[in-house]
Amino acid sequence: MRRHLNTIYVTSENAWLRKDGANIVVEVDGQERGRAPLHMIGGVVCFGRPGASPALMAACADAGIALSFLTPNGKFLARMEGLRTGNVLLRRTQYRMADDPARAVPIVRGIVTAKAANQRTVLRRALRDHGDRMEAAARATIETAEARLVHIARRAAAAQDVATLRGHEGEAALVYFGAFDAMIQGDRTAFSFRGRSRRPPLDRVNALLSFLYAMLGHDCRSALESVGFDPQVGFLHADRPGRASLSLDLMEELRPVLADRQALTLINRGQLKARDFAIDEGGAVSLTEDGRKAVLVAWQDRKKRDLRHPFLGETMPMGLVPHVQALLLSRHVRGDLDGYPPFIWK
Amino acid sequence: MQPPPPDPAVEDALVPVSALQHYLFCPRQCALIHVERIWAEDGATAEGRILHERVDGGRPDRRQGVRTVRGIALRSLAHGLTGKADAVEFRERGAAPYPVEYKRGRPKSHRADEVQLCAQAICLEEMFGQAVPEGALFYAQTKKRLIVTFDEALRALTLQVAADVRTMIAETHTPPPRFGPGCKHCSLADQCRPTRLEKPPCVQRWLTAQLDD
Repeated sequence: MRRHLNTIYVTSENAWLRKDGANIVVEVDGQERGRAPLHMIGGVVCFGRPGASPALMAACADAGIALSFLTPNGKFLARMEGLRTGNVLLRRTQYRMADDPARAVPIVRGIVTAKAANQRTVLRRALRDHGDRMEAAARATIETAEARLVHIARRAAAAQDVATLRGHEGEAALVYFGAFDAMIQGDRTAFSFRGRSRRPPLDRVNALLSFLYAMLGHDCRSALESVGFDPQVGFLHADRPGRASLSLDLMEELRPVLADRQALTLINRGQLKARDFAIDEGGAVSLTEDGRKAVLVAWQDRKKRDLRHPFLGETMPMGLVPHVQALLLSRHVRGDLDGYPPFIWK
Repeated sequence: MQPPPPDPAVEDALVPVSALQHYLFCPRQCALIHVERIWAEDGATAEGRILHERVDGGRPDRRQGVRTVRGIALRSLAHGLTGKADAVEFRERGAAPYPVEYKRGRPKSHRADEVQLCAQAICLEEMFGQAVPEGALFYAQTKKRLIVTFDEALRALTLQVAADVRTMIAETHTPPPRFGPGCKHCSLADQCRPTRLEKPPCVQRWLTAQLDD
């Protein structure tokens, strides 16, 4: 089994990354803050202004280590990458399938079905974990949403065209986010949720979700590129310049499992407090540096947790799931499988 | 005496000698590497790579009258092959070039190593215009040389495999996996997924079944 390699997240503003032998070294103000052997690293993600030496960049390119630069809020800026973007045949087939709605259906069907099913699992787990302590109204909201998501998932699994599937996806999002606030325990004033807002996030829950989605997007993009896909050409998401549509496609089924559940855990266990967020004059909410650090530590821990892959029947760390899904998608595109087996979480 | 430069299309269609060995080990592995350009390194491939870097990087030397040239480029336009020889020995003036291929492990039951060496010999024959009747495989694990005679049967097998590989690469076809004992030694098993993809379920049916509690 492919090893789950660690990602290094560099959050200090004045960090400098360099290579020392076969190691990556992180310096802050000239002081060594950490070092790790390159062969243990799958990616390096820099927030803010950290720089990297050309020697380190070359070593990362050679070893296939993705080196990415993001804004402090996780918005993608740039990425440095080596030669290994092979498999032009896969990309050609990807483009042909993306242009042909009939051939895109088996992929989009898998994604939308799994997304609704996984959203339902998040609701079920909230009931399982906190159901006894919930107010009757919150409980009822979640139970109703759960029942509706089962139906949406079943209808999606039988859908015959992409337009219908997009409709199911939208309906599922409405139902799910309509019940999201009911899953939040603890500090209800700081963490209330009234629907998704993204540009900018207008409350703490949305700020947290956006940050986690940015991290997940980064992992999905790396996974797709490592099997040879073009992350910009999607099946569910239409092409738009600058948008990584295929990363967004792959993210859909994984958002509930990897990001939403993580957000709820961080809030409900009190691992994030109101003071871990900043609100600007215009009402936009973002994580503070301490808040980001807490999220990234939890995110890395979660990725190390083992789960059983539903299609392969193997136990693997959660962090490998985007890679395995990218691989299964590539095997469908290249003809080994007659559909795309999505990741269904139970 | 350099032959005229070949047609670029012919040069493009040359298949690597190493692909023949991959094909005999497993046609799907060959396609994953040479059609889909997937490569994954494990302990065995890393050892092999380091061994070859060491061998190919060596300078020509002369011992007991045998001149050894390392890492020379090989080509056969007649059979569409390209590659590199670990070592070619020239025993005396006018004698046939003698290819020696270094292998990490031990002699194997399948003929992949012999076919690879034979393909090198076929290239050398075309390049030097003289018959190459014999060569050797050196196995690092047993530290023994295995002499290989390029007889009619081995040549026929080599040319057949070369033709099959050329066809597979030209058609950009990846055969389905077939699970076998070799799979546990294959560095591409994670990408190939032989156990799950040999007889995959109908995904639509699998998906529907996942939704039942």
